[in-house]
Amino acid sequence: MKWNISKGLRAVIILELALPLTLLALGIYHGLLQTLYRSGMISMREFAALEYYQGLTLHGVINAIVLTTFFAVAFGHACITYYLKRKTSTPLAWLSFAFMLVGTLLAAWAMLSGKAAVLYTFYPPLKAHPLFYLGVALLVVGSWVAYFSWIPVFLAWRRENKGIKMPLAVLGTMVNFTVWFVCSIPVAYEVLGLLLPWSLGWTPDVNIPLARTLFWFFGHALVYFWLLPAYIMFYTMLPKLAGGKLYSDNAGRFVFFLFLILSIPVGVHHQFGEPSISRGIKMVQTVLTFGIALPSFVTAFTIAASLEYAGVKRGAKSLFGWLGKLPYFDRDRYLFAYLITGLIIFIFGGLTGIVNASYSLNAVVHNTAWMPGHFHMTVGGPVFLAILGMSLYLLTNVTGRVLSPSMKNIAVIVPHLWMIGLLIFSTGLMWGGLLGEPRRTNLGISYLDPNSPLFRPDWVPTTAMALFGGVIMFSAAGLYFIVLLKLLFTKRTEEPGLEFPEYAVLHDEPRIGLLDNFRPWLVLMFLVIALAYIPAFRDIKKYTGDKAPPYDPNNPTPLELYQKTD
Amino acid sequence: MDKYEKRILIYTGILLVIFLAAVMRAVSRGISDLPACIPYDPSYLEPRVTALDENTYQVFVVAQMWSFQPSEIFIPVGAEVDFYLTTKDVVHGFHIADKNVNMMAVYGGINKTTVKFDKPGVYPIICHEYCGSGHQHMKAEVIVNYPNK
Repeated sequence: MKWNISKGLRAVIILELALPLTLLALGIYHGLLQTLYRSGMISMREFAALEYYQGLTLHGVINAIVLTTFFAVAFGHACITYYLKRKTSTPLAWLSFAFMLVGTLLAAWAMLSGKAAVLYTFYPPLKAHPLFYLGVALLVVGSWVAYFSWIPVFLAWRRENKGIKMPLAVLGTMVNFTVWFVCSIPVAYEVLGLLLPWSLGWTPDVNIPLARTLFWFFGHALVYFWLLPAYIMFYTMLPKLAGGKLYSDNAGRFVFFLFLILSIPVGVHHQFGEPSISRGIKMVQTVLTFGIALPSFVTAFTIAASLEYAGVKRGAKSLFGWLGKLPYFDRDRYLFAYLITGLIIFIFGGLTGIVNASYSLNAVVHNTAWMPGHFHMTVGGPVFLAILGMSLYLLTNVTGRVLSPSMKNIAVIVPHLWMIGLLIFSTGLMWGGLLGEPRRTNLGISYLDPNSPLFRPDWVPTTAMALFGGVIMFSAAGLYFIVLLKLLFTKRTEEPGLEFPEYAVLHDEPRIGLLDNFRPWLVLMFLVIALAYIPAFRDIKKYTGDKAPPYDPNNPTPLELYQKTD
Repeated sequence: MDKYEKRILIYTGILLVIFLAAVMRAVSRGISDLPACIPYDPSYLEPRVTALDENTYQVFVVAQMWSFQPSEIFIPVGAEVDFYLTTKDVVHGFHIADKNVNMMAVYGGINKTTVKFDKPGVYPIICHEYCGSGHQHMKAEVIVNYPNK
């Protein structure tokens, strides 16, 4: 049944999808360019007025922060209003959008004018323009406003529906934004309390290990903030799209609550190679990171079982016959293609993630090209494809426009082409990483330049492979933009509204109190975070010496000194 | 929960325990471990190589935009080397791919790892963390059993 959402909220959702997708064109352009630089095809510091590291910053911030945050908020608005069948506050939705828009514009200005080539992790003591930090902070605060506007709606629904399970998509959305809110408090402190006054020159120096640890408190939970909207689609929409039912709904609830507990206290696994945090804490967080593999294994089982059921219903006979019976290329269910290709990619993304989490095994791959190889199979795979597919789905729904059959044909090809390109691209990067190829490096003017004394012939095949995959990915994205542009010039033919694929459960088990109650899980969440992070901050206090002044990425002299001599 | 779900939970648990046991074994047998962090002292900011005896070396590496000091480290075959690492300015990486030495140089912190060089050769050290516009040119070398030294 179509849910008639208010005109105001429809406008917010359209803008929150269209704006980052427009910026994405720039992000993807520099994705392709990086494969060209890295393979030595471009042997320059900058190309077409965009410097390599400036472009890399744009690529990371636009693709991984702007697109994902805007989408999570837009999809959250849709899930809360649709599954609770209630109106959410339109003024707060506009306020949230306004914050995110202003933040994005400020950060985009800083990056495009070349004043913030600090990459998306903005590691101090590299200094960016103050408006870059302020912009990123406003973007995050804007997403909090949306979350705050859902809480009263959610609580009112709970009061009036005692004893009824909360809808799974709502549970997932609330878990996701609760994790997001908690994890972004330390990074908000890092940005507003430490980096902003320091970049304005009000404070002379910053404790670097502290700033980095505050960042990674946020930085790994961030990846689940990207991932959980896709998980919501895998549980509540994919089984129906495949022609079946969700195998177990309680499994989904269990999985989301595990993410609530374990998303944050694992951030130190990004800091295995760093001083100021002792080995014991790193080992504890290794174990916790292994723990967070559990919900993904449960998901792999539940979704595979749901798809098997769908395949059998569609006439599959043999043990693996169901794999051949799924509607991979059904243009009227193009969303299925986006979700299933993402899941296939995620098999490899998840397994390589366990390698990264494995304590000293991490030393083989840390900061090599293996890492972008890995996370393009997570954020660039299931997350990105779910965002593309769902954006198209939501846009057609809330605008009342329908894609023509030929456009649907293109839309269904995009994820398959992307998957092929991505798997080639990531294989190239990971292979290169194992040979020692560094990430975040303009290889074209050093290691991949045959005229340089640093030239590494052994990295030619690996970077060429990444380039080949990158070109395929770029063509897939190009096709997607054709569909998006066509949609822009299509006339409304249906009543605008919102309808998600109907959600049915194969084993409809009774309500389990524990899996329908946030309180015990929230308590556990704070306990585990305290256990994992209090000793880490104590170590930083104990082991860290001097604090650092700001540095310009283009000058080895501390900023203060060379500004004075000017 | 049906029997298949119970089974998959048990299998997953066993798999993760096996992975974890492998990690623990590597650590307890001394096959590989993470770098040790040691209390800060400004003396680590003086780059130098010291030979404790003919087969035991200490190398104090200081990373800076955009070089490592010392940039050529001469070591005899079979030497065990303690690398101490810090930075004078921004964050840098310190990666000897052939020996799985992988550390971060962070302002205000001191990192330490130990590695044995059994085979002669030139081992490139690469900065694998973005450290500004000269990042891609930042490297050094460990030269094991260089004939003239």
